[in-house]
Amino acid sequence: MSETLIAALFVFVLASFAGFEVITKVPPTLHTPLMSGANAISGIAVIGAMVVAGPNLTHDNNFIVIMGLIAITLAMVNVVGGFMVTDRMLQMFKK
Amino acid sequence: METFLPSAIQLSYIVATGLFFLGLKKLGSPATARSGNIWASVGMVIAVVVTLLDRGVVNYPMILGAISLGSAIGFVAAKKVAMTEMPQMVGLLNGLGGAASALVAISEFYRLLLEGSVPIPATITAILGSLIGGITFSGSFVAFAKLQGLISGKPMSLPGQKIINVLLFALFIAGSVMLLISPASSTFLVITGISLILGLFLVLPIGGGDMPVVISLLNSLSGLAASAAGFVVMNNMLIVAGALVGASGLILTEIMCKGMNRTLTNVLFSAFGGGATGSGGSAAGDGVEKSYRQVDAETGAMMLGYARSVVVVPGYGMAVAQAQHSVRELADQLATRGVEVKYAIHPVAGRMPGHMNVLLAEANVPYSQLYDMDDINGEFDRTDVALVIGANDVVNPDAKEDADSPIYGMPILEVDKAKNTIVIKRSMKPGYAGIDNQLFYRDKTAMYFGNAKEAVADLVSEVKQL
Repeated sequence: MSETLIAALFVFVLASFAGFEVITKVPPTLHTPLMSGANAISGIAVIGAMVVAGPNLTHDNNFIVIMGLIAITLAMVNVVGGFMVTDRMLQMFKK
Repeated sequence: METFLPSAIQLSYIVATGLFFLGLKKLGSPATARSGNIWASVGMVIAVVVTLLDRGVVNYPMILGAISLGSAIGFVAAKKVAMTEMPQMVGLLNGLGGAASALVAISEFYRLLLEGSVPIPATITAILGSLIGGITFSGSFVAFAKLQGLISGKPMSLPGQKIINVLLFALFIAGSVMLLISPASSTFLVITGISLILGLFLVLPIGGGDMPVVISLLNSLSGLAASAAGFVVMNNMLIVAGALVGASGLILTEIMCKGMNRTLTNVLFSAFGGGATGSGGSAAGDGVEKSYRQVDAETGAMMLGYARSVVVVPGYGMAVAQAQHSVRELADQLATRGVEVKYAIHPVAGRMPGHMNVLLAEANVPYSQLYDMDDINGEFDRTDVALVIGANDVVNPDAKEDADSPIYGMPILEVDKAKNTIVIKRSMKPGYAGIDNQLFYRDKTAMYFGNAKEAVADLVSEVKQL
């Protein structure tokens, strides 16, 4: 197996453990905002989509670029919708 | 410059990743949550902007167009959605994230195929990306349709569903092996199709009351899908951010399962509440005509108005009737009479993690008045009136007392210990789990029938006249 893949697996496993440590003990009040905020972060797929949709359209690649553009659109709905809806909820939480 | 730009992009990704960690960490505490969300969104802006500088990204007009279109749709949706529609909104957004990740995996596979050869690791990661992303996408849309009421919230499954699922999965594995031997676009489309069907069959058999588990699981999967896409395009930013979301979703899933005292496999594969467990079986077995006490608004208002302490227990019925504002008004009226009012929140009340908290926050109830199950259970024996609004299974004493009950072992809010209990409910029909609730027949319990919103509004006007 290629070394880059192994390195990437290292990153994945360590990030998962770090994730578990960062997000323990969230009070139930914040369960929904945590979920929608995390969901917005999962829209990070947008940068993968940008690279895929990166090249100019040619006859060969138009399928790939169009798929990438659709992915950008969907991911941005996820990102903007997720962060804004989270902010709307958090605005309401008062002491 | 040749080597500077790629390094600068990678370094900016590290900054953005740091902001994601910081943001999620801050989201864990009420005082810092809002700034945490803003930090995370700053991280996202950095990631998107520096990616525009990537040498491979030259198709600016179309990419900026797609970004603007997606942002505009997200903006309008986030502004327009009502707080009561939040479970389906979160479900929908999970699905879009999963779809985007799957599309990234698919297009990268096609790109490599076009270039001539797909390395084995890239094929494996692309398969995983389309599997996880596809399941997240179609599963989330079923969850959305159930929550939005487009399809029935009841568990739905085909005869022999388990065998069909196993066959589908076997077909998926076979397709994957074929891809590893000879990569072809048609085979890849087939396994993507199977992923989508698997997502449908995973969520369709799950009942409405189990939605908190499903929504958090899909949340976790949407993160893992992003991670998988990151493996396909070999981008650490995607891998780390996806793993982070995967971990947070998994933690929520575990909390939800604990709140029901069930394992994840039990939630996913038992079609709970489908009637197969024999609806109301335990009640019928007694052979005794059970009687219950009914009260009207006037009596209910007297009980509440002259109490010293009242604990409100909201459930999905409050959300359906959108009664949260009336509930807040009732609490205000009681507070002016010197009654101490608290809210008891069960971890799985409603249709998503924290559902009740969001609704009560919308009605301006301060979160310091909301108590978790562990904090409030010790107080019920000192409570004059427990007011149950549209909650059922989460207050069923059978979960503690009847070892034969399907919900035995599930932690409950112990309202049966309060001096009096008023249950607002539309009728005597059992809850989603199809289980009769012994609480309703106790001497200390008074049933008050009606739509939660109207019933509470009537209580408000009666309390005013005391």
